[in-house]
Amino acid sequence: MTPDQARAMLETTLREIVPDADLSTLAPGADLRSTFELDSLDFVELVDKLSTRAGFRIEEDDADGLRSAEAVTQFLVTRSSHVGQQA
Amino acid sequence: MPSLGADMEEGTLLEWLVKPGDTVHRGDIVAVVDTSKSAVEVECFDDGVIDALLVDPGQVVPVGAVLARIEGSAAATGPTSTGLHVVSPVTPIAPSPLVRHRAHELGIDLAAVHATGADGVVHRRDIEGLAHAGPARARVSPLARRLAEANGVNLGAVSGTGAGGAIRADDVRQAMAAPATSQASEPTTSGLDADQRAIAMRNSIAALMSRSKREIPHYYLSTTVDLQRTSEWMRERNRELPVGERLVPSAALLLAAARAAREVPELNGHWVDGAFRPAAGVDLGLILSLRSGGLLVPVLAAADTLDVSQVMALMRDLTRRARAGRLRGSELSQPSISVSNLGDQGVESVLGVIYPPQVALIGFGAVIQRPWAVDGLLGVRPLVTVTLAADHRATDAAIGARLLKTIDRILQTPEET
Repeated sequence: MTPDQARAMLETTLREIVPDADLSTLAPGADLRSTFELDSLDFVELVDKLSTRAGFRIEEDDADGLRSAEAVTQFLVTRSSHVGQQA
Repeated sequence: MPSLGADMEEGTLLEWLVKPGDTVHRGDIVAVVDTSKSAVEVECFDDGVIDALLVDPGQVVPVGAVLARIEGSAAATGPTSTGLHVVSPVTPIAPSPLVRHRAHELGIDLAAVHATGADGVVHRRDIEGLAHAGPARARVSPLARRLAEANGVNLGAVSGTGAGGAIRADDVRQAMAAPATSQASEPTTSGLDADQRAIAMRNSIAALMSRSKREIPHYYLSTTVDLQRTSEWMRERNRELPVGERLVPSAALLLAAARAAREVPELNGHWVDGAFRPAAGVDLGLILSLRSGGLLVPVLAAADTLDVSQVMALMRDLTRRARAGRLRGSELSQPSISVSNLGDQGVESVLGVIYPPQVALIGFGAVIQRPWAVDGLLGVRPLVTVTLAADHRATDAAIGARLLKTIDRILQTPEET
């Protein structure tokens, strides 16, 4: 997965949870939870949908680190390359 | 017409989901009703066959009016008094009853509407965008229409104060009295409707909270609970669970509140006619703030009998449907005690205002990592501030203290839940 693909995956997923989200002005380092007012249930849903799209399980310890768009993108790129190598 | 709130006097039947001859069962959703603040799905309270529908869609009827007759049952549809305390403007995520109703009202085929929602769902703006070409028709009383015509008042610029934003004669007189500029304001029905709903919701909160503070002598207690054990136990459970079913701390907190309310029945019930009436079970009100603003209080019925996974699933389901404006009447019945969970808002504690006629409100703040002394040593622990607002007419602080201590004890033994 390339960084662009990862970012696109995040944006698609965010739009499903917050339909009126303005993603054009989302800074890479901005906190996702506070920017989009995600509660803990929304965050579980976000991680679940990302996990399904990416095709691998995202453990809770990793999910805790998915604070910003940058962190999510980096995580998806790194982890998908691991999965790719294993396969 | 069921009562969907202490302040509700009338309701508008939006849509029938059954027709004469249909077999219905207790709990089936048979109609959608607009309470002027939110669309609510109404469930049938009995088994039988629909004999006749007595109210037409769009008709406004008082609470208690017979909506339909069911054969094989003595009574007519309409659940007993339920308590929809405070509702918010509906922001449909799925095509809500309101959207379907708007489409019907404007004569639009939903299947032909282009959805702008990312999820491929038809939003209200899609319908109203289509309807813009034609004359958007607000609900207007006959007298109001005659007055407006006689005096050259633009009805599109009049704010309706009737049910569902309907324009009444008084509203037209008000508009006539107001300066001319007010008549030039946005003539779209959608804006008018959203504003009306926001105002109705605000009024509802104002009325109920004023009553609470006027009538209830509140006392407040607060304690800090160490969530280390609950957190560890949950993390362990989450390793086994599918990602989408993972537990969040709120589920454990809600369950602890429900179990504690069962153990301290003096705080679980209602203050009616100058006396406390304990409730038979624990129906936990979950105070939800919605994205569009406003509050909704769906109920977790018999919450003390559930396990943590069930609480989690219910909480997820109720939150999702509350935000989509698709709660059922029975889910808005009167709780026996309510919980305000402001943890996700990042505040440390919440000292709540009791929802009358309930006598207690439990508040949870954010779970925060903090230094904490355990067995004479300083460690970093996930802590949460648990508060209680209680009605001093019904209990004294010693009883309240027992409830908070019980919540703490339950959260120290998560494996027993």
